[in-house]
Amino acid sequence: MKPRKPELLATAPSFLWLAVFVFVPVAIIFAIAFRPALPAGGIGEGWSLDAIRSLKDPIYISLLFRTVIISFVTTALCIALALPVAWYLAKLPPTWRSRILMLIIIPFWTNFVIRVFAWQQILHAEGIIANALRFIGILGESDRLLGNNVAVIIVSVYTYLPFAILPIFAAAEKFDFALLDAARDLGAKPFRAFRSVFLPGIRQGLVTAILIVFIPMLGSYVIPDMVGGTDSQMLGSKIAQRNFNDRNLPQAAALSCALTLLVLAPMLLRRKEKAA
Amino acid sequence: MLGHLRFENITRRFGSFTAVDRVSLEIEKGEVFSLLGPSGCGKTTLLRMAAGFDVPDEGRIFLDGVDITRLPPDQRPVNTVFQSYALFPHLSIRENIAFGPKLSKRPAAKIRSEVDRMLDLVDLAAHADKKPTQLSGGQKQRVAIARALVNKPKVLLLDEPLAALDLKLRQRLLVELDAIHDEVGITFIYVTHDQGEAMSISDRIAVMNKGVVEQIGKPPEIYEAPRTSFVAAFIGDTNFFEGKITSCIDARFSKCAIEGIGEIIIDNDKPTILGDLVHLSLRPEKIIVSRGMPELRTNENSVPGLIEDIIYFGSHTRLWVRCSGWRICVETQHRTYQLDQAPLKWGDTVYLLWHANDGYLLEQYREEDESLLTLPDEE
Repeated sequence: MKPRKPELLATAPSFLWLAVFVFVPVAIIFAIAFRPALPAGGIGEGWSLDAIRSLKDPIYISLLFRTVIISFVTTALCIALALPVAWYLAKLPPTWRSRILMLIIIPFWTNFVIRVFAWQQILHAEGIIANALRFIGILGESDRLLGNNVAVIIVSVYTYLPFAILPIFAAAEKFDFALLDAARDLGAKPFRAFRSVFLPGIRQGLVTAILIVFIPMLGSYVIPDMVGGTDSQMLGSKIAQRNFNDRNLPQAAALSCALTLLVLAPMLLRRKEKAA
Repeated sequence: MLGHLRFENITRRFGSFTAVDRVSLEIEKGEVFSLLGPSGCGKTTLLRMAAGFDVPDEGRIFLDGVDITRLPPDQRPVNTVFQSYALFPHLSIRENIAFGPKLSKRPAAKIRSEVDRMLDLVDLAAHADKKPTQLSGGQKQRVAIARALVNKPKVLLLDEPLAALDLKLRQRLLVELDAIHDEVGITFIYVTHDQGEAMSISDRIAVMNKGVVEQIGKPPEIYEAPRTSFVAAFIGDTNFFEGKITSCIDARFSKCAIEGIGEIIIDNDKPTILGDLVHLSLRPEKIIVSRGMPELRTNENSVPGLIEDIIYFGSHTRLWVRCSGWRICVETQHRTYQLDQAPLKWGDTVYLLWHANDGYLLEQYREEDESLLTLPDEE
């Protein structure tokens, strides 16, 4: 069916918005990736494949690998924690449900960077947790909580957990819990009923939660910068470093393009699945 | 021999509310047993305890002599048809029905043939690959029944299975359900608030009110010989009279004085003593209306009254007749021999006639049960 004129007019503002704030900036970044870098920093004249070629650098490959692993582990932990929370939230009486939802949302009122900074204090070598763990002998004298991948994952899970809880809760709230009774009645053990009936029932929320955590995780750079160490750098941190410190804009752009394509892959997969 | 499914002194409380209060039932193998009562009477709680979704605070449940009180639902040879059907929306009709057999790890070919047999039984073979959302309410209901029966349960629990359907479909499915029961021959426990459904499908009915079983019996017993005012008023419609026994006629009949009406003859179906306060239930369709004073035969009663309300129902007409302080509900058939009579109108004086046998003395009377009767508003 051909879209009619009024429909085109109605969608024009959003198209314009998308064009100005998404398509044009992305196109500019893609273009910069094919420009030469100036030794003093900035973008040179003419065209060059240097920045693109530099992506083959094994440093970048291992960086990409680590980025995906950390993102994956964080996403998995977020989902694993969000599932039971969403389950119990959906089963709570409405007054308690909105109170607890409020508690989940309240941390957003504090600036993200400040919250990460707070985690620096919590996980600090002389902080309360480190001292406590050292006291009971779990943590060695020279072991540190801060400055490693584990710290990055802990703080990332903390940051993204609400984003995982909300879509799963929205789906669980609509889930008909009588279906679980039906599954049990037909002979399913509790976990089997959960897996064969509850998980398929909240599938949409689950997929949304995975994307909403995994995609921003791929681009995260504040958390690895603030609580990670030298061996927990992620792709995002490298882009920031190339951009702000080295002023090698073409290389930063090339890395950004690689990341964009990486993010697009699961999105396209999801679209294909929706169409099916 | 102890019953097939036996509830022994079951009590279930939710906070300070007692949903089920010391209920004992014995259900026989192969019968259709209904739990009938208004919402909140405890019938669904009782069913949930039979299914294993709830555990009684006191009392025990036995199936074929085995204590199943605390057995989880997946380990009971009992299956449920849920009120909301509870079909799995992500599975096709065939997969829904195969859900139970697959869990029991039977060979795939056997599962397939059993599912096919069930699809035939409920006449849904043509819809096997559809999703539940593509089916009508009646079809979903049949899938729910097939999904439960395929597991060959010893008892099938049906929780208001027809409540969500419209009247015609309900009547048709009731006939189908009866046919399915004849075919599989297992015990059905049927929970409903609809007395018509319960009367037409059940071998026996337990009428429940406020967590207590008020009466257990075959449908005609429940209707014709209600033990309490609740049973009389909840099943069908009735008239209640309060009177004092004034004299004995013989072993069976007594005279009873009713304020404003005078002395009437009643059937002593319960032992009564002179001077006893008794309560009588008289069904509207047992009363005959006539314009002239009827000739009384032995043990018949006649009372004059004024027609206050007339409601035409097609198959019959309901009259509310004022007899001093009482408003009596009467149901009249439209018989052709009455055609020469002028139709009854508001304000007409009529005589109500009934045989002493048609009144029934109640064992237990509570004034609050009068609110269950259909009465037009007082002016």
